[in-house]
Amino acid sequence: MGWRRRRTRGGAYGLALALLLGLGPAAGCAMDPAEPRPVSARDPVDGRGRPVTLTVGVFGTFGFQEAGLYDAYMRLHPDVAVRQTSLTRNDVYYPQLLTHLTAGSGLADVQAVEVGNIAEVLATQAERLDELGTAPGVDRRAFLPWKWAQGTAADGRTLALGTDIGPQAVCYRKDLFARAGLPTERDAVGRLWAGDWRKYLAAGLRYRERAPEGTVFTDSASGVLAAVTGSAALRYYDERGDLIVAENPAVRAAWDLAAAFARQGLTARLQQFTPGWDQAFANGTFATIACPAWMLGYIEDKAGPAGRGRWDVAPAPRPGSWGGSFLVVPSAGRRRAEAARLAAWLTAPAQQATLFARRGSFPSASAAYALPEVADARHPYFGDAPVGAIFARAALGVPRAPIGPKDALVSQTLADVGMLQVDQTGRAPDSAWHAAMQAIDNALDR
Amino acid sequence: MTDDAPAGAAGMTRTRTATGPADGPDPRGRARGARRAGRGAAPRRVRTGSRWTPYVLVAPFFVFFGAFGVFPLAATAWASLYRMELTAPDERQWVGVHNYARLADDTFFWNALANTVTIGILATVPQLLLALGVAHLLDVRLRGRGVFRVVALAPYATSVAAATLVFALFFGRDHGMANWALGLAGLDPVDWQNGPWASKFAVASIVIWRWTGYNALIYLAAMQTVPPELYEAASLDGASRWRQFLHVTLPGLRPAIAFTVLVSTIGATQLFGEPLLFGSGAGATGGADHQFQTLGLYLYEQGWVNLHLGRAAAIAWTMLLILVVVFGAVRVARALLARRESAREGLGHARSGRSGRDGRRR
Repeated sequence: MGWRRRRTRGGAYGLALALLLGLGPAAGCAMDPAEPRPVSARDPVDGRGRPVTLTVGVFGTFGFQEAGLYDAYMRLHPDVAVRQTSLTRNDVYYPQLLTHLTAGSGLADVQAVEVGNIAEVLATQAERLDELGTAPGVDRRAFLPWKWAQGTAADGRTLALGTDIGPQAVCYRKDLFARAGLPTERDAVGRLWAGDWRKYLAAGLRYRERAPEGTVFTDSASGVLAAVTGSAALRYYDERGDLIVAENPAVRAAWDLAAAFARQGLTARLQQFTPGWDQAFANGTFATIACPAWMLGYIEDKAGPAGRGRWDVAPAPRPGSWGGSFLVVPSAGRRRAEAARLAAWLTAPAQQATLFARRGSFPSASAAYALPEVADARHPYFGDAPVGAIFARAALGVPRAPIGPKDALVSQTLADVGMLQVDQTGRAPDSAWHAAMQAIDNALDR
Repeated sequence: MTDDAPAGAAGMTRTRTATGPADGPDPRGRARGARRAGRGAAPRRVRTGSRWTPYVLVAPFFVFFGAFGVFPLAATAWASLYRMELTAPDERQWVGVHNYARLADDTFFWNALANTVTIGILATVPQLLLALGVAHLLDVRLRGRGVFRVVALAPYATSVAAATLVFALFFGRDHGMANWALGLAGLDPVDWQNGPWASKFAVASIVIWRWTGYNALIYLAAMQTVPPELYEAASLDGASRWRQFLHVTLPGLRPAIAFTVLVSTIGATQLFGEPLLFGSGAGATGGADHQFQTLGLYLYEQGWVNLHLGRAAAIAWTMLLILVVVFGAVRVARALLARRESAREGLGHARSGRSGRDGRRR
């Protein structure tokens, strides 16, 4: 329950909650009312008698608190208290973080940053962040090289430590596959489309021939688009940091493939993270969905007990990553050394493995993949699938694609303006592509 | 607004004070009212504090108004003249009126403006007509009308967020109640999110639902100030219920109607929460084709999604200017109409004595 939404968009309920709390356009500064530990006389104090309270600012349900990591840290460091502030949605959290960073006040000691925003933060806020690559307790070799690179600024300083990533798999309905005459065993299903997303389309066409009444192959064309671009070696920006979304053949190929899903009637024509999408899980209207590791809990939550034993997880055609986050330490903080130590501890392999075991956020520290919490992890809801092994293999194969400042905006526009129209209104792919490019140019002020 | 009456009053005050003491921070000025009330009698003044006391007493309002009213307005105007990004507000570049000029060929802006006007009309007209009807019903002495009044106001007390979420589910394409009802009636389902008109209608319906009761209560209050003798006289003259409504109730409601039209128009221009939430949390694009993106939503998207503070500020000021221009145009049109009417009445007066005018009065 309460899964963190990785993309800039979040659930409607989250937004509603934000508006209810008055965080709407002004992006106020209300914090999660459920503070783990209010400052009190019993709080730890430093050598001069002052309390050492570190705050961690996150968006969504990050899981640190729920997985008991703060409590564990406070047991290890009795002189430190850790408190968390949380905003439900990243699209409310992120502008506020930027405002606080540029103003140099209102910041938590440790702040979370989503992968879609990390390049922009590093490009524009680097001088306001502390270097973490050399902080005590940080081991560069423990992390996936591409994740480490994403947290490193142009001047070579590593300012952001990776928390989790979103390695891709395909979640599928065994019962529907059986009725459509497709293999149901996960290795055989994986072989259906191994190596090429176009084979995923071919499997979809096979499914369509004998599709059980009222079901389609996948949820949305935008979901396919995100998954396919997520596995490309070059996406929206090139190595020099230039925006190449309009020219990149890989993006256009992903676009055409996703559009083919829509044109062939293989999608349920849904928009991800909307109430209709949630309902479709419960009603079982689609048979597969490209699922990053963090989506498993979401599916379990939305599909409910009725879906138990029906879902399974197979490897995606090509390894890719969708979503994930980082931790940064603002230089305006008063407890920067302590904050860096906390960030290093939270992102260390052992803690990332704990977070995966308890919350399903997949480690960006590859050193954690050998730990039993990951290596032996199976997901009971998904037919005891060896999710640790499946996602670890995907994570190690993710191409090291450059990311740019407006990654989140570009991918969201492609999905929600462009592909959504192809999927839901039947707009011609070329025309929708043009509309998406126009919207991107306007949004990026080009 | 309520400009007409106070304007007259202000005019009178002005002429009176012209004969009184000079304007300015004159302590005697405070006694002006008393003097006016009891002209001729010796002014009885009670010293209650220093000459600055009144300023201190009114200061909190002006301090807060300055901090939260004037300053943001001025800061927004200033920001609109720069290229300013949320990522680095300090590294702004002066661009003059570029942020305004570019709106001329910003198709997204014109689309948002058209959507705002369309949804505004779709929402405001039925809402006010419905409110009139509801108020008329509530005005009748029916049993348990207290309950009905509470019911009428309940939507207004509901939060936008809660209401819009329910409406978003209601207008769901696959499992929504609206389409289910259409299905029962043998009609094809409607894609309420993507239809250019269907989505605007859906957003407008949320506004109608929320504000009808509020406007109805304003009308109801105004209706109860209409003197019953007028109805009595009208019915003696043989006017039907409908004619009474047209010729007694409606003229009595004119100030209330003017007020609600003004408030609804301002509300429609700033429409934000409903379309944002109707998009089901998919950002501020207002639908895949921006089909229900209002100006407020576009402003939010430019400022807090695209992080272009300067452009967002320019849109904000343009919205204000549009309102000013619209209300200015309405005033001018009314003045012209009134002049033409008086000219025509002048002619009629010359031709047929007073009868025409009296007939109209009835």
